Formats: sequence, C-alpha cells, structure tokens
Amino acid sequence: MTIDTTTRVPDDGPLDDVAAHWSRGSVTSLIQRSAAAIVLVVVVLLGVVLFGSKFASTANFANLAVSSSFLAIVAIGMTFVIISGGIDLSVGSMYALAAVLAAYGSQWGSFVGIALPLVVCGALGLVQGTLIGRLGMPPFIITLAGLLFARGLAFKVSDNGNKTYLIGEDRWMKVLGQGRWFGVGIPVVIALVVFAAGSVLLNRTRFGQSVFAIGGSEEAANLMGLRVARVKMLLYALTGALSGLAGMLVASRSSSGLSTIGGGLELEAIAAVVIGGTLLTGGAGGLTGTMVGVLLLGVIQNLINQVGTLRSFHQQVVSGLFLVVVVTAQTIVGRREQS
Amino acid sequence: MTTTEMVGQWRTEVTLRTHGVYAALGIMIAFNMLFTPNFATLSNLRLQLVQVTPVVIVALGMAVVVATGGIDLSVGAVMALSAATLAAVIDHGAWIAMGVALVAGILAGLFNGLLVGVVRVQPIVATLGLFIAGRGLALMIAGGRLTEIFDPTIRSIGTKQIIGGLQVGVLVAIGLTVIVGVLMRSTIFGKRVVAIGGSPQAARTAGLPVRRSLIFVYILSGALAAVAGIVASARSGASDPSFVGLLIELSAITAVVVGGTSLAGGEIRVAGTVAGALLMQLIFATLIRHDLSDADARMVQAVIIVAAVYIQRDRLR
Repeated sequence: MTIDTTTRVPDDGPLDDVAAHWSRGSVTSLIQRSAAAIVLVVVVLLGVVLFGSKFASTANFANLAVSSSFLAIVAIGMTFVIISGGIDLSVGSMYALAAVLAAYGSQWGSFVGIALPLVVCGALGLVQGTLIGRLGMPPFIITLAGLLFARGLAFKVSDNGNKTYLIGEDRWMKVLGQGRWFGVGIPVVIALVVFAAGSVLLNRTRFGQSVFAIGGSEEAANLMGLRVARVKMLLYALTGALSGLAGMLVASRSSSGLSTIGGGLELEAIAAVVIGGTLLTGGAGGLTGTMVGVLLLGVIQNLINQVGTLRSFHQQVVSGLFLVVVVTAQTIVGRREQS
Repeated sequence: MTTTEMVGQWRTEVTLRTHGVYAALGIMIAFNMLFTPNFATLSNLRLQLVQVTPVVIVALGMAVVVATGGIDLSVGAVMALSAATLAAVIDHGAWIAMGVALVAGILAGLFNGLLVGVVRVQPIVATLGLFIAGRGLALMIAGGRLTEIFDPTIRSIGTKQIIGGLQVGVLVAIGLTVIVGVLMRSTIFGKRVVAIGGSPQAARTAGLPVRRSLIFVYILSGALAAVAGIVASARSGASDPSFVGLLIELSAITAVVVGGTSLAGGEIRVAGTVAGALLMQLIFATLIRHDLSDADARMVQAVIIVAAVYIQRDRLR
C-alpha cells in the first residue's frame, strides 16, 4: 500500500485471513454495511415525507435508477480494485474517452460503436495493470497518469473538444441507453447484470478470493503462490472495461460523445465504495454496500433537485459532509470492534 | 553480477532518483534556449514563473503531507474557499480580507487534520470529504458567482514587479519555499514529520506527538493552499470559486512525485518538489509552443510521469 498511513497488519495467518475474513470482522462489517442501508432507508422516507408523490413517483424512481446506473457500473469496478488494496483514478477520463469513442465508432455501425470503447478502455486498463502488477509501480501514480492520458486521447479524437460526434438516428445501439425492458431502463438492467456477475466473480471464484487475499496481505498472497501480478493486470483491465461500458451507455443515452464529461467521477466512485463499507486499506468489502453507496449519493442529489431553490453546489456540500460523517462513524465503530 | 557492480548500479539509480529532476530541468532549459524562439526572454521566463506559482505553493504543503505518508486531495477546494472568503470580506480592507482567507484555509486544514490525526481516517478519504464539499461551500459563500477584485493592494500581488522584475506572488512562493525548506531540514518538527511517515507505529511508540504533528501538517497544507488561492485570484483580478485551483491537487502530487519523493512517506525533498513543478510547467509550455495540441501535451505528460516513477522505482524493497 502506498497511500495510507494506518495499514493494519492482519493478525491472523494468511490462510486464516482469507477464510475467516468475514467471520472475524462479521459484526463490524454487518454494522458498516447495514449502517449505509439504514441511512438510505431513512433518507428515502425523509424524501417521501417532505416531497410526497413528487419524490415517490414511478417516473422519478425510474429516472433516479437510470442516472445512478452509470456510476454504479464504474463503482463496481472500483470496489474490486480497492478490495485488492489498489485504487484507480483513471475511471472518469476512461468514461469520457469511451463516450467519445462510442459516438466516433458508431459511424461504422453500432457494433463498432459498442466494441471500440470497451476494447480501447480495457486495453488501457491492461497497460496500467501491467505497470502496476509486473513492474510494481504505485497504482495511485500510474492511474493518475492514466487520467491525464485518457482525457488527452478523448480530446484528440474529438479534435481538441471542438468536434462532438453524434450517434445517428438509425443506430440500434441507442436502445442500450434509451430503451426500456418491462418499464425498466436498459442501463439499469445492464448495471444489475454487472452487479450480479461481479458478485459471483468476487465471492464465488478463485479470482475473487485472490483479490481479497492480495488486499489483506500482498506478501502473504505471494507466499501462498497466488499469481499476484496477473490478478492485478486483470483487475485494472476490468475497471477500464467497466468504465468503458458506462461511458458507452451514457453516449448511447445522449446520442453524443462529449469529451468533457466524467471529471471527478473517480472520486465519486471512491466515495460510493467507501460509504458502502469497503475499506480503503484493502482486504474487506463487498458490492452490495457499493450499490447502497451509489443509491445514497443518487437519492441525495435527487432530493436536492426536488427543492427548486437549491443548486448543484449545495448537493456537493451535503454529499461531502455525508461522506465525512459515514467514514468517521465507520472508523470509530471499526476501532471499537477491534479492541 | 558482482557486488561491486551491484553497488555501482545502486548508486546510479539513487543518483538518478534524487537528482534526475534537476538534470531533466537543465535539459529542458537547454533545449528551449536552442530550439524555441523567444524562450530566453525575461518576459517569457517571468510568465512561466507566474503561471507555475500557485502549483509551487500548493506543492510545498503537499510534499509535507506526503512525507507523513498522507495525501491532501482538498487543496484545490481550499483554494476556492480562500478565494470566495477573500471576495466576501474585501470591503473591510485588503489585509483583513487576506487574513480571513488564510483563516479559512487554516480551518479547512484543521478539519482534515482532526480527521486524520484524531479520528484516524485514511488521509485520502478524509480529504476527499472537503474535496467534494469545499468547492460547494465556496460557491455558497460566493452565491455561485464570479466576483471581480478591484482592491489595488490585492491586485498588486499579481501585477507589481519588485526585486529583479519578479511579481510579488512569485516572491511569496520563493519565500515560502525557503521557510518550508528550513522547517523540514532544521527543526524538530521536520524530523518528526519524516519519522511519522517512516513508521507511524514506531513514532507513536517512541512517544512523538503524532496526533499534534499530523494536525499541524494538514493545517500547513490548508494555509498554503489559501495563500495560493489569494495569489491566483490577485493575478486574474477575480475570485472565481468554480474554477480557481481546479485539478491543482493532481499537479501538486505530480510535482512531488516527479521531484523524487516517494508517496509511501518517510522522506521529503522540498527543492526537488519545486523543481518538479517547474519541470512539468516547462514541459507543458514547450509542447504547446512547438505546436502540439493540448490533447497531445496531456498524453506526453502522462508518459513523462510514468517514466519518472519508473526511474524512481524502489528496487531495494
């Protein structure tokens, strides 16, 4: 770990650490995970009481779900990386790059429009993962460079931001952003599929267990014979591809690829992950919490939008303070559990 | 490989790591003198210095935070807070306004410092809170608007040239560099900061005042960001909370890293950090002057950051 000062050395052996992961910290993690969920319920009830059917309408909830789905997809990838003890700052730029490439690629058909951003962002992620995994370079710096690089590439493709590519009326890929399936927006369906697949990958596969092990103690994971470098390469390729997917979906939704979107998305995703109870020290966490974190941020934004007189910067203040309160509570509860 | 060869290689790497940034800076300056028309004019050099000033000031604080093994993502937002409070109380006089802006930065730093030092939240998350909330708060104070600054005293920070034709803001940055350099090199506080970064556990066991030192470190970073906010607003003649200091945390972290400081903490290079900031500014300016687009310049910067970290990679670990 390069970015934290308070890494807690796991007190169990490496083998126990993986197996006893959830049982050891089960009470803590239960509180951490349910804390966010309880707050979510409270905030939603507050919305119902304050705004009634203006907030609690099918249309508003559908809207909320769709606008949260892009962040959800990005935050799912971020959760994997953070559990492994790493971080990915490049996701916001990748998201913008993907949106530009989706619109750019769509001139050769929908298939190219969908595949191009996924492949390019996945490949850039793989390059980052290689530098981090094989050469042992710090994730914070490498993905910071990735943030600059991907944004630069997005500007380059869009002629320094002067040209905005549009997705033609006749392209079927727009269904991915604008369509509905049994009344639910397709981006929501895709986010749920990613969540389900991600949960299986994280909790039921060798790869997922390796991610937890590396986050718990990289040295121990190495000694256990896990292929740490390869897991890291795949991890950053995964976050890259997921950011690519989210960017492609947002382009499909707005029928255009803007190179300026996604600024600060990386920090929003990190906030959602942390609110959801995943520890930045690595080794512990889960996707359900992240989804709760994403929804919480979305609901807060939605509620502030309901109050006509408040503006976006009020939402920033509320979200920021909210993050601080949640993290402070988690840290204090976590310490009490440990001692 | 024999031991002598290994030691030799190790020496080369250490030298490259600690002094590479100065070599690169020298090469960039030489290149520009030879190939860039009008580079070695006083007015251009002054312009480069003025442009890099806020980054240098912020990077000084960042270097101290990084030395403790932490990071401060909130510096850009604190610049916005400083700019907004400056404009809000400007009617009470320039000095009071600047004092209030500085206090805003100190309070922001105290907030971060309490979270990191007392609650022991990880620095990246602790400062993420103010990163998100700080700019919003600044916009609330400013009513979401840009405010022009007409006060002559404040404007003179950005325009008035004194010693050697250097602007007041640039001189402030030079002065702060010297102060932080002395603070880190010759005081007990400086030693404590590095000790905490080396091993917080050991520092605590040794009875160092870890909590107090960490709080002070984040206050220092907040105060420096506030100064940068004042200098940036003075130069542009306006307090613009939406854009002042936007993404400066990334430039500051880059300067620290390119300057040869490891993000793992436990060491600090004040001069290297300033050289790192100057180097990145010079590279960006050079690329633009040689007709590379903004997009290309960003991508080249990314490659340079990776190369710098690759050279500095800690093989001994």
